[in-house]
Amino acid sequence: MSLKLKDIFLDPLIKNNPISVQVLGICSALAVTTRMSTALVMSIALTLVTALSSFTISLIRNHIPSSVRIIVQLTIIASLVIIADQILKATVYDLSKQLSVFVGLIITNCIVMGRAEAFAMQRGPVESLVDGISNGLGYSMFLMSVAFIRELLGSGQVFGTTVLPTVNNGGWYVPNGLMVLAPGAFFAIGFIIWGLRTWKPELKEQD
Amino acid sequence: MLEHYLNLAVKAVFVENMALAFFLGMCSFLAVSRKVSTSVGLGVAVTVVLAITVPLNNLILHNLLVKGALSWLHPELAEVDLSFLSFLTFIATIAAVVQVVEMALDRYLPALYNALGVFLPLIAVNCAILGACLFMMERNYNMTESVVYGIGSGIGWLLAIAGLAAIREKLKFHNIPSGLRGLGISFIITGLMAIAFMAFAGIQL
Repeated sequence: MSLKLKDIFLDPLIKNNPISVQVLGICSALAVTTRMSTALVMSIALTLVTALSSFTISLIRNHIPSSVRIIVQLTIIASLVIIADQILKATVYDLSKQLSVFVGLIITNCIVMGRAEAFAMQRGPVESLVDGISNGLGYSMFLMSVAFIRELLGSGQVFGTTVLPTVNNGGWYVPNGLMVLAPGAFFAIGFIIWGLRTWKPELKEQD
Repeated sequence: MLEHYLNLAVKAVFVENMALAFFLGMCSFLAVSRKVSTSVGLGVAVTVVLAITVPLNNLILHNLLVKGALSWLHPELAEVDLSFLSFLTFIATIAAVVQVVEMALDRYLPALYNALGVFLPLIAVNCAILGACLFMMERNYNMTESVVYGIGSGIGWLLAIAGLAAIREKLKFHNIPSGLRGLGISFIITGLMAIAFMAFAGIQL
């Protein structure tokens, strides 16, 4: 049992990473990665929502008629996201303003729905909770690495502290403005996926 | 006045393109862009759903949810502010509209219904739809603006997915490094398309 939980926990981190392997949940992932602080807040919110929604759905899975299950899942997820959004507004108001609509978009994040539908509807609450946490962590790892690349190259900072002093502030680093803009996110993810698939060739898709 | 709406439409289609500037609807954007015909079908369906849901949600927001909106029901309810429920209401409206569109297409346009097949129900969880509704709320659009914004952002999404699908069809004949094939190169092409669309930035009519 303990070994199985360990497998459930480790599998989504690299081997079955929700973003780079299953291509789920990219929608909201890209927009929040210009700074590491916003990416971190988003990661925490998504991990909590995925874990709690998987747990709740798994608890009541035997009482949900399959014809209305999508609506039931959406209602549970939306309620959790409302709670997360209210907590963010109450505690880190500035960051939640920067995240703007993307906190709300956790509702339609494919990872949350995907785990609820594919895992929590069949398994027990504890396993679903672990699965939700680890998928959230897999998403967070990917998000943080994209944010690290974009913030470091785009503005020479990590978590808002200057690492590479930029030319404007009397340093030597000329910031790459492209990384802060939308195309930079696409390039960063494209190259990360290229690297991952060269490192682990079994991840390649068949076509 | 017309200029204002035209400006909003151009902004929604090109400058603030849903897929390329805000990364919305990415999941289906990458999964369904293998063939031009299916991607155009999905794009049309997304546009139709956006054109209905954004104004509808605008109506619901201003008549039921915002502070003071319920005063038509009873004067005592004028202080009630239900806007924290907006996520839940919006997603329910979207799911219901997708269901209705699906039934209407099945009844009146069976050919299109069969062509779209499994993608129709998936539109309900397409982030572009909920994203447009949330942007409508954040930017305080009125009724006409929501109609224009809904249709405009739908057309923008359609353009982007059709363009990516057209490029990916040609890519089959190219020699791409094996690790980059499929997902990797799609991201890089999308990035290049996003750069192209950035040329529209700052356009004012």
